[in-house]
Amino acid sequence: MKRVLVANRGEIAVRIIRAVHDLELEAVAVYSTADAEALHVRMADEAVEIGPPPAGRSYLDIAKMVDAARATGAQAVHPGSGFLAERFDFARACEDAGLSFVGPRSEHIALMGDKARAREAARDSGVPTIPGSDGAVDGADAALAVATEIGYPVALKAAGGGGGRGIRIAEDEAGLRSGFAQASREASGAFNDPRIYVERLISPARHVEVQVLGDGDRCIHLHERECSLQRQRQKIFEETPAPGLASETRTGLVEAALELCNAIGYRSAGTVEFLVDAKTGEFFFIEMNTRIQVEHPVTELVTGVDLVAEQLRIAAGEPLRLKQADVVARGCALELRINAEDPTKGFQPSPGTVEELSLPSGPWVRVDTWMERGTKVPPFYDSLIAKIIVWGDDRQTAIERARRALGEVVIQGISTTTQLLAELLREPWFATAEFHTATLEAWLEQTRGATEADGGA
Amino acid sequence: MAKHEVLTPIPGLFYRRPDPDSDPFVAEGDAVKAGDTIGLVEIMKNFQPVESEAAGRLVEFLVADEDEVVAGQTVAVVDDGA
Repeated sequence: MKRVLVANRGEIAVRIIRAVHDLELEAVAVYSTADAEALHVRMADEAVEIGPPPAGRSYLDIAKMVDAARATGAQAVHPGSGFLAERFDFARACEDAGLSFVGPRSEHIALMGDKARAREAARDSGVPTIPGSDGAVDGADAALAVATEIGYPVALKAAGGGGGRGIRIAEDEAGLRSGFAQASREASGAFNDPRIYVERLISPARHVEVQVLGDGDRCIHLHERECSLQRQRQKIFEETPAPGLASETRTGLVEAALELCNAIGYRSAGTVEFLVDAKTGEFFFIEMNTRIQVEHPVTELVTGVDLVAEQLRIAAGEPLRLKQADVVARGCALELRINAEDPTKGFQPSPGTVEELSLPSGPWVRVDTWMERGTKVPPFYDSLIAKIIVWGDDRQTAIERARRALGEVVIQGISTTTQLLAELLREPWFATAEFHTATLEAWLEQTRGATEADGGA
Repeated sequence: MAKHEVLTPIPGLFYRRPDPDSDPFVAEGDAVKAGDTIGLVEIMKNFQPVESEAAGRLVEFLVADEDEVVAGQTVAVVDDGA
């Protein structure tokens, strides 16, 4: 393997090109016309224009990616995260073209991309899944029978849709009977499908995920990440280790993730996501992400393992170099995502030209970004413009370092979430890690409400 | 007879249909009411509606489906018939 095509853009493309260069390989970048002047294009050894700004005609075009790899003599393709990263047909197209796909085998992407099959695979390998009806129930009586078996409270969810619509919480039998009718009506209206399934309600819950690496024969874990602070299911902050986990929960999580990955013979980097019941410490499989994730650097900082470089080595056919005992996590790492959005205006996207830029550095501060002074942040793609990752020998030190790092950030010309993150780091509940998956949105509601009240006074 | 320009307040990609498999929100020559959605603009993976402020007949679109638009650009013209 000599040349790697990086089938992505933005900070993850820059991150991957760096790993390619660290291994003394050559990187081929791809770009839409909106990104002709972007950093990843200039960092690469060669760059190929793949189409106009709409992602469907550039970064999501499988044929163009495969053609670009062939035309430039690349032997491998790294999909990054987002765009084609979890498209099994892209992995298959690379396999068919004789290109090494820097990720799992296409059938594992397909398996984990199908919610029902993924859940089945987890259960088959002994990994706990959220107790429930396993598909739609046939009416309120059947729902009642399931609820009696799994225990209250339960969530009634629309089988035909998502996004929170059609969900009802039932605390008891009476609540279930009235909630079922409502949920079914709402599901019917929203998704034209009245079918309902029943699941145990895990609340409050934490979102904790386990990083794995495999070579197809053997898997190791690289500990967990805590990712509960989300807005509209988008993470804005991640850390490792997950604070407030009992040691048996932590052990249970990583062992469950390994069991699943070993059972299927997983290859490359992956993440097994769990919901952890904040009160009981019980945990349940949600899904597996078959790609490198945005928040991977926190794991790198505590373990010293370059996950992208390991992905590339595995894709080159090398067996996994690390044994489980080699992976030792030290200290605490935090990641803060800076997005081009205006939190004072309902997180309205804020594309535009970066007029002034100064990013933090210094001891134990890493910045993954594609932004430079003068960068035009296009309106067509993701709003993530920089990730600030810090390390400290304990959580308190890491938080103080994160505050210092955010204080050094100067970005002018576009609105960003920098100030919001600084406010988050000052919250007492953040300092004590007393949060769960609903905390961030509740806090935003509360603080935005307060701002409006101030404005009216 | 007064013509009203329908502007997009934000930059991005303009779509004339709610999703690729659906019919356009409105065809040229169709009647529109004030507040009707005539298209969507995708900005950083968010979709925001573009609405006609005037009631009348949508005379023409000035941008094609999936065209790139800049903030403040006129995307369509509505004739209120007055």
